[in-house]
Amino acid sequence: MAVDTLLERITDQANRPDPYPLYAELREAGVARQTDGSYLVGTYYDIVSLFHDPRLSSDRRNRAAPYRGLEAEEPEQMLPFIRLDDPEHHRLRSLATRPFGPPHSPDRIDSMRGEIAAITEELLASFHGRTRIDIVDDFAYPLPVTVICRLLGVPREDEPVFREWSGAIIDSVDIRPGEDPTERQRAGIQARAQMGRYLADLADQRRGRPGDDMLSAFVNDPDPAGALTHEELAATAVLLLVAGHETTVNLITNGVLTLLRHRDQLDRLRREPDLMPGAVEELLRYEPPVHMLQRTPLAHVDVAGTTIPKGVPVVLVLASGSRDPKRFRDPDRFDPARQDNRHLGFGSGIHICYGAPLARVEAQIALSALLPHLSTATLAEDPPPYRHSAVLRGPRHLPIEL
Amino acid sequence: MPGDLRDGRIVIVGASLAGLRAAETLREKGFTGSLTVVGEEPHPPYDRPPLSKQVLLGMAAADTTGLPMRPGPPMSPDLPMRPGPPMRPGLPTRQPLDADWRLGVRATGLDLDGKRILLADGDSLPYDRLLIATGTRARPWPRPEQAALEGVLTLRTRDDAARLADRLAAGPRRVLVIGAGFTGSEIASACRERGLPVTVAERGTAPLVGALGGTLAKLATGLHRAHGVDLRCGVTVTDLRGDDSGRFTGADLSDGDRIDADLCVVALGAVRNVEWLADSGLAAGTHGVACDAGCRAFDMYGIVTDDVFVAGDVSRFPHPLFDYQMLSLEHWGNAVEQAEVAAHNMVTPEPRRRPHLAVPVFWSNQFGVNIKSVGVPTFSDQVVIAQGSLRDRRLVAVYGYRGRITAAVTVNMAKWLEHYQRLIETAAPFPPGPGAADGHPLVTEFPLPSDVPDPKGLSHGPTVALTGHLPDRRLTVVRPAG
Ligand SMILES: Cc1cc2nc3c(=O)[nH]c(=O)nc-3n(C[C@H](O)[C@H](O)[C@H](O)COP(=O)(O)OP(=O)(O)OC[C@H]3O[C@@H](n4cnc5c(N)ncnc54)[C@H](O)[C@@H]3O)c2cc1C
Ligand code: HEM
Repeated sequence: MAVDTLLERITDQANRPDPYPLYAELREAGVARQTDGSYLVGTYYDIVSLFHDPRLSSDRRNRAAPYRGLEAEEPEQMLPFIRLDDPEHHRLRSLATRPFGPPHSPDRIDSMRGEIAAITEELLASFHGRTRIDIVDDFAYPLPVTVICRLLGVPREDEPVFREWSGAIIDSVDIRPGEDPTERQRAGIQARAQMGRYLADLADQRRGRPGDDMLSAFVNDPDPAGALTHEELAATAVLLLVAGHETTVNLITNGVLTLLRHRDQLDRLRREPDLMPGAVEELLRYEPPVHMLQRTPLAHVDVAGTTIPKGVPVVLVLASGSRDPKRFRDPDRFDPARQDNRHLGFGSGIHICYGAPLARVEAQIALSALLPHLSTATLAEDPPPYRHSAVLRGPRHLPIEL
Repeated sequence: MPGDLRDGRIVIVGASLAGLRAAETLREKGFTGSLTVVGEEPHPPYDRPPLSKQVLLGMAAADTTGLPMRPGPPMSPDLPMRPGPPMRPGLPTRQPLDADWRLGVRATGLDLDGKRILLADGDSLPYDRLLIATGTRARPWPRPEQAALEGVLTLRTRDDAARLADRLAAGPRRVLVIGAGFTGSEIASACRERGLPVTVAERGTAPLVGALGGTLAKLATGLHRAHGVDLRCGVTVTDLRGDDSGRFTGADLSDGDRIDADLCVVALGAVRNVEWLADSGLAAGTHGVACDAGCRAFDMYGIVTDDVFVAGDVSRFPHPLFDYQMLSLEHWGNAVEQAEVAAHNMVTPEPRRRPHLAVPVFWSNQFGVNIKSVGVPTFSDQVVIAQGSLRDRRLVAVYGYRGRITAAVTVNMAKWLEHYQRLIETAAPFPPGPGAADGHPLVTEFPLPSDVPDPKGLSHGPTVALTGHLPDRRLTVVRPAG
């Protein structure tokens, strides 16, 4: 069978600044087997159809032996619901939603707007008198971290500790063909266990003495149906903390980068602030924080004329699907006023991003507040240096001159 | 210019969902001629699904379900129209919908030769092209003197819903619902949610059995019971009783039992509004007005007309996915899609006309669960639970007919529906094959008979009817009216 090197090229750090030509090649090539055995899917409709196919599992323990990896062998560790299938996934996601969104907490995110705006203002105040700032370190990273800490009830001062754990966890799920993942996976398992213990301890301290944070809510839900076990609580809290601060940073940073590359659109957004929600959606399509997701077929699955065998990893390249010309007119154009923008930035199907309402509010507030500062700013480096991950893609730093 | 389909006179009869969507689409497709919409109800178009849901729960008033109009509001003789959705920034501002609304007037006849619509007020409206979208009405209790008792209601219109909601709010001692189809079940659910005692009487073996077959009907039975409905299946209501002042007091059942209740909702299904077409020469009968896949009406000889179109609940149309049988659907989504296709074809020359091929989709909310269906569950011989389980009340049931997938029903799992819709559209083999992450191997591999009963054995009419030659025993012969 013909084997393709696209995945290798896509994950090559040298291509991080602009993977989009490779995605175009991928859509052209169709579904193909890669050097590491996995299959890449890059067209919009095929990705959507796989998102809704009940035979595609998020649970890596279903992988065939050569692809299974360390984590799948670890029987001790409770998996977070992003890595589980229904019905377990549904049960845990519903429990995690009780203090976060409808039907139990419909106003939770909306009620955080004021707080998010205040944190944003504080960060912006520190720009005062400076001519050069790093959008990542000075703004786009601290904002979502502070927000998710407040939301979960995690002390902001502990950030240096969990930043390291989070990095190890993210590393462990990165896709790097041709590299032995064992060490990364071992480090990821350990980090997850440590972070889980840390968060579960925090939650325990709030048992009977609840604050208005989510950890408190998890351990004090009066309804027995709302109870998470100790292990479930740890796994869920880790998922929320990691997901809550490794993605939004990229959305805000990519937003600044894209606006500074498209001055006309920057000016337009200043004139028409109502376009901001649409602009954030367009960023999720045009420069999404999450480029790829993995799934495992539980049966042989036919996609666009190719049979993907049971147990072999499938990589859904969301960032490619969101630029598919068969779905989006003029897909390589950044257009904040784009209509009919059902991008894949938050995924689709039962695992569709849980934190999407929060991420949207954060990005809208952050970019709106930044706009006045950007009109005279310039990129100090273009392209900026990128983080290593090809899955969660974003600049490591984004220095700009004010 | 006579040959220009974008000019001339178009009349739409029926000012509800299908009529409105067609009017909007005609203008969007560039129709510049005169457009008249005739509606018997005095209200501008409004939405019906909330009438048996939010409105009965007191969460929305009956007069707040007005349908947003894609362009602007019509001139309404009574209630002000709810304004349309706020314009999205970046969207071109639209002209208001340019149509002449004749509300509160019934069409009484159609003169195909003279190309005229006759109105109850004595007027007549000439047309070049006509769209029939007169939908259905609630089937009344068959004995008029009993149906007239104070406290015996049906539910189809906004006014019906307002009356019923008021009655429920007044706290009746017990409500009797006759018929356990979707509407009857939703009404019973609303009663329970309001804490009202309710009895449901159904001639069939279980609620929803006519729409979903035996397997899911078991789940429906469980839902009624778990929510404290006094459910009586396999019985018919023989008589409604009233006191001396003509107030409803209860009912007699065929098993000899009597129900004491002070409110009765007759949910026996729908009757197609075709009487006004009786002398028209169109193929209009109890199952609706027959039309081709392009929404053009057939006359009584089966010859297709070219200037009379049909859309929505009143239509009966062939569907290739279901062996070209004629389908009659009472589905919101079908009304919208068919109206759009009809409107497109009314202003488009023949080679560029579109067929109405959408796969039927339907939803219902009751007893805290969301039921969604795609395809035609009654067009089936087998069913299998492909995902989830009956016990958890979260599942996907997949229906097959002679080895291919023809329908799927989700309970609290609507996110999966898209996948099964694709399988139906591509005539994928039934059963769907193992491998669903949340399928139970012992269940997914054993299809059961789908157990769809003959509609004649139900209290209520089916919301999907196969009205042509039938796959197996259930044969319905349709005669033209008159
Ligand atoms: C209580 C209730 C709940 C529902 N819930 C759901 C649901 O959850 N999901 C779903 O998919 N569907 C649901 N439906 C069905 C859905 O509302 C219908 O499919 C839809 O209304 C069909 O639209 P229509 O325009 O074809 O017909 P209708 O809405 O029936 O409109 C026909 C209109 O034509 C008028 N008319 C009739 N005869 C004449 C005449 N001779 N002259 C002039 N005017 C005439 C009538 O007065 C009526 O206003 C529900 C229906 C009801 C009543
Ligand atoms: C811009 C920011 C974000 C992006 C682009 C993003 C993207 C995604 C994507 C693509 C998925 C699907 C994963 C899959 O299908 O396997 C997902 C899932 C998830 N996201 Fe986000 N996310 C963002 C922010 C957040 C935030 C702020 C939170 C937490 C508050 C969060 C929590 C989650 C969780 C818990 C899941 C798992 C859902 C499930 O498995 O059911 N995300 N996210």
